[in-house]
Amino acid sequence: MGTRMIFNAFKRDFQLWVMIFPAIAAIIIFNYIPMYGIQLAFRDFDFSKGLTGGEWRGLFYFKQFIDSFLFADLMTNTFLISFTAIIIGFPAPIILALVLNQIRRKRFKTLMQTTVYLPHFISIIVLVGMMNVLLSPETGIVGYFMKSIGFGDINLLASTSTFIPVNIVSDIWQHCGWNSIIYLAALSTVDPQLYDSAKMDGASRWQTIRYIDFPALIPTIVILFILSMGNILSTGFEKIFLMQNSLNLPVSEVIATYVYKIGIVSNQFSYASAIGLFNTLINFIFLFAMNAIAKKASNTSLF
Amino acid sequence: MLRNRVSSSEWGFRLVLFVICAIIFLAIVYPLYFIIIASISDSTLVSTGKVLFLPRNISFFGYDQIFQDNRIWNGYRNTVFYTFAGTLVNLLVTLPAAYVLSRREFRARRIIMLVFVITMFFNGGLIPTYLLMKDLHMTNTIWMFILPFCVNVFYLIIARTFFESSLPSELYEAAAIDGCSHFGFFIKIALPLSKALISVVGLYYLVGHWNDFFTGLIYIRDNNLQPLQIILRDILLSNQVFQNGAGSGGNAGGYAQKYADQIKYGVIIVSTLPILMLYPFLQKYFEKGVMIGSVKG
Repeated sequence: MGTRMIFNAFKRDFQLWVMIFPAIAAIIIFNYIPMYGIQLAFRDFDFSKGLTGGEWRGLFYFKQFIDSFLFADLMTNTFLISFTAIIIGFPAPIILALVLNQIRRKRFKTLMQTTVYLPHFISIIVLVGMMNVLLSPETGIVGYFMKSIGFGDINLLASTSTFIPVNIVSDIWQHCGWNSIIYLAALSTVDPQLYDSAKMDGASRWQTIRYIDFPALIPTIVILFILSMGNILSTGFEKIFLMQNSLNLPVSEVIATYVYKIGIVSNQFSYASAIGLFNTLINFIFLFAMNAIAKKASNTSLF
Repeated sequence: MLRNRVSSSEWGFRLVLFVICAIIFLAIVYPLYFIIIASISDSTLVSTGKVLFLPRNISFFGYDQIFQDNRIWNGYRNTVFYTFAGTLVNLLVTLPAAYVLSRREFRARRIIMLVFVITMFFNGGLIPTYLLMKDLHMTNTIWMFILPFCVNVFYLIIARTFFESSLPSELYEAAAIDGCSHFGFFIKIALPLSKALISVVGLYYLVGHWNDFFTGLIYIRDNNLQPLQIILRDILLSNQVFQNGAGSGGNAGGYAQKYADQIKYGVIIVSTLPILMLYPFLQKYFEKGVMIGSVKG
């Protein structure tokens, strides 16, 4: 009886199964098999025996990482770069959305929106390339003006003290507009009657922002903040990797770039997997911790 | 009449708002504009701050060099191919899957959705993925750009949400009575009703492929297969010498320093132009995509 029902359901949904099969196959092969391969972090890598055939080493590679002389630097750099990017970068799209939401003239608003979303579509290579040509002390225009106002000795791209600020500012330039869309969407759901009654009560535009718009954003803010905290130790490989040079390396070497160098460049696969997994675990801890705090504090949470 | 009713604090507010908007506008547009004028101006004038609003000593030497460079054209050709083939595969896999997951009568949809969503938060990491690609003999082949990441779960959710809200179940029931199968319904009714969605998701994928440099960096060793972004990195960031010596910054190959940076500004324009030209027309679709996706995370 049971099998027959399952068989009938399958027969009825046969075409649906055919349509979803390629997606399931791709996800299982390219996402789940590598997850199974994570055990490489606990094993030696043996070319002849494949991904999971090497000898079991337990936590050996994790210990190697924690004991390595780079451990403290890598953790500090990764944490500092992503923490500053989150703390300073996070409020920017909220403020931008509140500003854009105040524009009354439709065409002006569209122009502003079109403009602020634009940098999101520029590739990271081009962004870092732009930074290189504009900020270079010898040939760049920003470098030239820095010199003329007396900061001539600072190379913004190759100095340990300017790496983080340059990273934050370029992040905001590129993604602030795009990230504001979700807040603008939340603002568009505010009941217009609220604005009407605020106007009747003589509220100024500042007051409507403070008492109507901002509170309407709080649930969205909390959710996005939890999500970004879950990425506290993932700086994003590409941009940091491209901004790295031998002069800023003491502050710009992060876990993701180190995994690339150890794993892909020098083929120490087990060690690199262990470092990567360690990173993922810390992200998870942050995600769950932030979620728990948010649940207690504001009754908003992801799960 | 109307103007009299606007209070002075309202005028103050509008002024502040306008100034803030103007600053934001210039902060984004000016660097891009500067790249354009710098790409056709004398590089020595650019680097000494003498080119600010209009190009000076206009020459197209940089573009001339770029158009003669085989690596750039090869990279361009590769990227165009990867972008279109990749996006096509993306859509062929994502859209039917999203349709299936939007059908409420499909019992397995919850569990399959969960299997998909987990991959948004957890993955095997770089090294196991790299070793898998190696075992599958996909590294150093064009398939690397087309097959492995053909489903983006976030876009899948956007598409599913769209199908759920725009295709009422009565529509399918009516079609089914007329003898229409799921295949027929999807191709003849669901897709034609979803042009906005197909543009949104298609464009997301397209931009992703166009800007992708990670795949080339990690999985591709063969220079002939490298996409444009990797070539760009060599020219912009690694200061690789151009085929006939220009772009090296110094006097190599007998080229004047005066045009050396033109090439860098020029490749930025040449590589970004396709996206920038599409952009104004597509901007409203991009936004719509985020809106649809945010309804149901």
